[in-house]
Amino acid sequence: MEELLKEMSQAVIDGNKEKCEELTRKLLELGLAPKQILDRGLVPGMDVVGVRFRDNIIFVPEVLISARAMKASLAILEPLLTQAKIKEAGIVVIGTVKGDIHDIGKNIVAMMLKGAGFKVIDLGIDTRVEKFLDAIKREKADIVGMSALLTTTMGYMKVVIDKIKEEKLSVKTMVGGAPISQSFAEKVGADRYAKNATEAVERAKELIGIVSTENNELNN
Amino acid sequence: MGLDSANGFPTKAFGNDTALILHNFSHLIKIKAGKKTVYKNHFLEQLQSGKIFASDGAMGTELQKRGMPVGVCPEEFNVTHPEIVQAIYKDYYDAGSDLVETNTFGANRSRLALHGFEDRVREFCMKAVELARAVRPAGKFIAGSMGPTGDLIDPLGPRTVQETYDIFSEQAEALAEGGADVLFVETMMAAEEAEIAVRAAKEKTKLPVAATMTFELGKAGLRTMWGVDVKTAVSRLTDAGADIIGSNCGRGFDDMIAIVREMRPLTLKPIIAQSNAGIPDWVDGISVYKETPEIIEPKAKELLNLGVNILGGCCGTGPGHIRKMRQLVDIMQRESDSISQ
Repeated sequence: MEELLKEMSQAVIDGNKEKCEELTRKLLELGLAPKQILDRGLVPGMDVVGVRFRDNIIFVPEVLISARAMKASLAILEPLLTQAKIKEAGIVVIGTVKGDIHDIGKNIVAMMLKGAGFKVIDLGIDTRVEKFLDAIKREKADIVGMSALLTTTMGYMKVVIDKIKEEKLSVKTMVGGAPISQSFAEKVGADRYAKNATEAVERAKELIGIVSTENNELNN
Repeated sequence: MGLDSANGFPTKAFGNDTALILHNFSHLIKIKAGKKTVYKNHFLEQLQSGKIFASDGAMGTELQKRGMPVGVCPEEFNVTHPEIVQAIYKDYYDAGSDLVETNTFGANRSRLALHGFEDRVREFCMKAVELARAVRPAGKFIAGSMGPTGDLIDPLGPRTVQETYDIFSEQAEALAEGGADVLFVETMMAAEEAEIAVRAAKEKTKLPVAATMTFELGKAGLRTMWGVDVKTAVSRLTDAGADIIGSNCGRGFDDMIAIVREMRPLTLKPIIAQSNAGIPDWVDGISVYKETPEIIEPKAKELLNLGVNILGGCCGTGPGHIRKMRQLVDIMQRESDSISQ
């Protein structure tokens, strides 16, 4: 069993989608709980991917291929996790802001958050403030994550944050994207800024009060 | 005899009687070839003969400064607010730009589809060039801007190579038809997409093509988000047929200096450098860039010393930055001319 879980982590790192699916089925047949497969097979694999991405050892294409492998496995596991009423770490609503169609970074963050046990509601690209607000209320989200690649669209984050404050919602806000900085995040009133997907997971855990202890050796 | 319809500029020999129709082509070189006068697009020739160009600065952030709301389609402004787009062009020419880039960065089918404008590629592109032509001073140029599609290309995503090629072809043809002198494939991060865009621009038009990628300095050195390093960018863009290569956007002038330092020894082609004015900050509801014209002056000088052939700016740079660059380019040009004499 341990061996198979290790193989699974490696399949995620390698982006081997078929192997990931095969191992997921095999481990389920062997009677391992879906949550265990997620926590001990997929998450350690995505952690390595995240760290390698952060450290510029791998880049966007490699992460996308790994994310695809993980997604294939999650497609099998998610219905089972829902059935088993496994409580998620937290609920995150995420989207690329209005006017911006760049979703690669946002998708990577969404995958990493899923990998870390969050429930992620992905609103896609070109997301208007109303759509963010609706989803936050409907899902009772803990965190809303906003992404922008363009300097012409990043300002929209403030529109969303202002609206959240105006309606006095308790949801925490996170922002990220190529032109975004810590200083920008502070100026628009965001609760957190994350430089990359690995950091996004760490910040999200901070926001909901989980102190990350797993894989500290990888993160340091 | 007449205008090459695909390019909007004459490429063939003209008799004196056809000179009248050339009033819009004051930027074209006039070469006496026997009894006939040949008019050629001489952008590339000037570059290759050692002329250093100052390009323009940003379009997007300038549009915002002049009232473009967040989230709208910037290219639609060519049609709905032509006076604003044109004023930006004019301000850059007045500041000393040898060329301005058209407001067509996202005017490809894939990106315009976001706003429901996928069928207006030709209209937005042609209008963008037309607006520039009306304010272009004699001897100055118009560069047709072509940004990424935002799509993931097969096998990473659903968009095929052929579809991507067709998307860039449509835009390149429209810019050429409108009368652009050169095409700028810019802000590329994936080598494959950059190659496809360059290939489309070269094969579907007769214009020279510049290609720039956006690098970030990280633990693995200078890389694009796709992991492309400077050396790979140079060789792949060159193989794809780019006439001018370089870098744009990014995190500021210091990174750009590192990029050019790495790139210059790798190629004999003209190099273009258009840096962002740093990473934006947010002050009173607008994005503010830290690298002011005064701050970038020594850095721009350094870029010229490193052998940049076209110097300009990207996000956050405006006419003020270009005025400084114009002065620096003129000094550099005088120095290099006096050396070569």
